[in-house]
Amino acid sequence: MTPISSAQRQYLKKKKQDNRIVVFVRIFIFLIFLCLWEISTNLNILDSFIFSSPSRVCRTIYQMYQEHALLPHIGVTLLETFLSFACVLVLGMACAVLLWSFPLVSRIVEPYLVVLNSLPKSALAPLLIVWLGANTRTIVVAGMSVAIFGTIISLYSGFLEIDPDKLKLIATLGGGKWDCLTKVVLPASIPLILSVMKVNIGLCLVGVIIGEFIGARQGLGYLIIYGTQVFKLDWVMMSIVILCIAATALYGILNLLEKNYRKRH
Amino acid sequence: MQNLLEFKDVCLSYHTPERETYALSHLSFCAKEGEFLAIVGPSGCGKSTLLNLICGLLKPEQGEIRIHGIPLAQSHMNIGYMLQRDHLFDWRTIYKNVLLGLEIQHQTTPEKIKYVDNLLAAYGLDKFKDAYPSQLSGGMRQRAALIRTLAMEPDLLLLDEPFSALDYQTRLNVSDDIGIIIRQEKKTAILVTHDISEAISMADRVLILTSRPAHLKKQITIDLEIANRTPMSSRNAPKFKHYFNLIWKELNNDDSHLVRTAAISEKEKAR
Repeated sequence: MTPISSAQRQYLKKKKQDNRIVVFVRIFIFLIFLCLWEISTNLNILDSFIFSSPSRVCRTIYQMYQEHALLPHIGVTLLETFLSFACVLVLGMACAVLLWSFPLVSRIVEPYLVVLNSLPKSALAPLLIVWLGANTRTIVVAGMSVAIFGTIISLYSGFLEIDPDKLKLIATLGGGKWDCLTKVVLPASIPLILSVMKVNIGLCLVGVIIGEFIGARQGLGYLIIYGTQVFKLDWVMMSIVILCIAATALYGILNLLEKNYRKRH
Repeated sequence: MQNLLEFKDVCLSYHTPERETYALSHLSFCAKEGEFLAIVGPSGCGKSTLLNLICGLLKPEQGEIRIHGIPLAQSHMNIGYMLQRDHLFDWRTIYKNVLLGLEIQHQTTPEKIKYVDNLLAAYGLDKFKDAYPSQLSGGMRQRAALIRTLAMEPDLLLLDEPFSALDYQTRLNVSDDIGIIIRQEKKTAILVTHDISEAISMADRVLILTSRPAHLKKQITIDLEIANRTPMSSRNAPKFKHYFNLIWKELNNDDSHLVRTAAISEKEKAR
């Protein structure tokens, strides 16, 4: 270890200080938001019946937890999200590999992919209910529909950006298309796959909630719609809070995976 | 000595929707067993195209390429190719990178692996077996790339400006290094370069191509009259300068625009 110069020490100190400020202000904003929300509902500036309040949300969570009415909803939504996420991962990879292997096919389907990708998927949800019935399968498909086309497009264009000389190297070593895929394209695309998946988990959650809005008897999306219909806005707020936490946690898991991978390479 | 490789009247053009580009026009030359051949020419004259033809990535539109007298497509000779950059895969260790070719050919037999181990030991890379490419210097990486090529025990080595991505000092060292290794392994090699000094310092014979469409302009046998020449000692040989000037002059009085028109009118006549 070389001794640290005073300038370097000062730089590190400044950096640490900045980090601390960032974290502190973040938490501060959050607390201010909670306090304002709570106080304004207590003072009747906001109607707590419509806007709920942090304390009411907490109480609702506690009550529903006691009645064993909360975890099943969360579980169902998470399960559906994971299912559609897994399907998107497998199907998206398979389609991207297919397009990469057959350039002519990719040229043919390109406009269809573009249209399907830019189509607002919530428009499909009612159709899916009619076609597939109000069941878990429909909701998983709704979740997939939001993420799948974007996944195919970004994976495929990522595959195309691989240095052609790397593929040439495989060819000069006597390898074919399969070797190009397994030895170069897939390993080189792992960072891309991870970052695409990071986006996807959130998109799948969006799709699942849309699906649950229309055709479900369980899940956080159902809770939100049902809560609005019977004017139990505490339920709605609570579901939104839980969704915030769930989305952050899911993103966090994949972020961790990605960081872990980067550290090893 | 027998001809290992023979180009007979080879023509090739590239096709794009906008135009047809003539890359090689009636190119003929040969390479003898154990010879180190360097090919120089103006940039973009189709030097890399030539190597792609030899290793079968492209097919000639006219003429033929023979190896030991057999047409290229029927020959089973092992051809090693070294690209401009080392292209070691970041996600594989050096050892795994070096074994890539054997892995692809499903030849990871104990004897072959032993051969690779010996190469790594002989050229000082055994210490870095488990390192990742990013931990190695440019010179070491290029050495690993050469061993990856040698692992296939090629009878013919193709070098496509393998030092052009390196800085000047590393470049001199690595070309010296790799020149010595290739001579030690007694390989036939074809080096494509635009660096005249590099060509003279490494090769037994230099072929000069014209600009596009390339054909053979002149070939110069390099005899520096020194014993045990290495690329580095060649650069200090008294006759080095003479060859340099000779090639320089040839490259500069390029009458290829005349040749190009001739080639085009010939094609038109054929139609």
